[in-house]
Amino acid sequence: MSIQEFVAPHSLSEAKGFLSDGAAASVLAGGTDLLVGVRLGTRNPERVVDLKKIPELTAISIDAEAVHIGAAASAFSILHDSDVPSFFPGFAEALDLIGSTQIQGRCSAGGNLCNASPAADSIPALIANGAQCLITGPAGDHQMPVEDFVVGPSKNALKEGELLVALILPRPSPQTADAYLRLTPRTEMDIAVAGVGVSLTLDENATCTAARVSIGAVAPTALLVEAAGAALVGTQLDAAAIEAAVAAARQSACPISDKRGTSEYRTHVVGVLVARAIAQAQARIVEAVS
Amino acid sequence: MNKPLNKMAVQATINGEPTAFLCSPGQVLADVLRDELELIGTKIGCNTGDCGACSVLVNDRLVCACLVLAAEIEGQAVQTIEGVAEGGVLHPVQQKLLEHAGLQCGICTPGVVVAAKALIEHNPNPTEEQARYWLAGNLCRCTGYDKIIRAVLDAAQQMREEAAV
Repeated sequence: MSIQEFVAPHSLSEAKGFLSDGAAASVLAGGTDLLVGVRLGTRNPERVVDLKKIPELTAISIDAEAVHIGAAASAFSILHDSDVPSFFPGFAEALDLIGSTQIQGRCSAGGNLCNASPAADSIPALIANGAQCLITGPAGDHQMPVEDFVVGPSKNALKEGELLVALILPRPSPQTADAYLRLTPRTEMDIAVAGVGVSLTLDENATCTAARVSIGAVAPTALLVEAAGAALVGTQLDAAAIEAAVAAARQSACPISDKRGTSEYRTHVVGVLVARAIAQAQARIVEAVS
Repeated sequence: MNKPLNKMAVQATINGEPTAFLCSPGQVLADVLRDELELIGTKIGCNTGDCGACSVLVNDRLVCACLVLAAEIEGQAVQTIEGVAEGGVLHPVQQKLLEHAGLQCGICTPGVVVAAKALIEHNPNPTEEQARYWLAGNLCRCTGYDKIIRAVLDAAQQMREEAAV
């Protein structure tokens, strides 16, 4: 391995210093992408900056407005040591699809986002839930919607010296629920052929008042399909509305063909998953309010 | 082989014992366990987190030791396969793997034992499906998994019965 220096700062300001003095530095959260990349020779950091001693990076907190998830909090701790799954069952299911138990013990939602794989499972679920990225850097703090954070395969919007601190998910109302579904050839330890995240809000008459649909693994980045959400708002999620959302998602998809599936197959499957994810989110709301 | 001179001194608790070692900044925990601490029960298969042969617990969390930098475990607690049996008495997971013939070549077995013990501590009454998902990251090319799963479920049942007494 090329790593010459390991540092574990205890504060954000200390971490920013390690990221902005010109050294070829990589941040380390769970290491499930970084250390594999170093092993394969695709990543060559001289300095590794372990983020897990910084309280803001691993904290998970829930207040009246939002759920804050430290970017380096492990999937296992989000799934088993926090209330996040009760607010966002779809996001939790997306995290639970990543890798094995061992990988989930280390991998983080922030890392899955920064790694920016087109097929990352947690990204469509974050986009569906309207999550924001809290970013800190030399110019101070700012926020950015998750759908704008990933700019291409393995490319994110972080500038030199910037650091993803936390993911901020607006706290859902009791009439809101999410879902995430993906298709893989195997049942676990596999990479999505297509993935769909959906968040719906229904009023007391079961009319949809808000909807976000995000699709993954069918474009260079996970996409927010605004037309699919718009097709659902104002309806009772009848067959015509769902068909319109499915068509909008298929329209937005521009997948590659590879060993996991052809472009045509992925485009078809993403529509099937949109319809099923809408039904699952709707069922969750009905169950929660009944 | 040129070894980097910038060795780090790390103190951690390994299988309950305070332990100090030197490592280079990029050295992974699996290599330190095997090469520096002579804890060769932890096996290395893929070195990329796919096979689970190097499964250990860090602060009670199941991880692949090939995807942890040794420097990260400063001040933390590591449990390896060497800490599973108590004074020569096999853990129920180990005993049941023997009884059910849940191993052949044995390379995956230390990782399976560590992961299965962690499963039962996390969920004392796992279903077969839960056990299969939990152990999905422990690859075995000999057994076809069925005997491993039977052994793990049998060990969980025995541990529940012992806890109820």
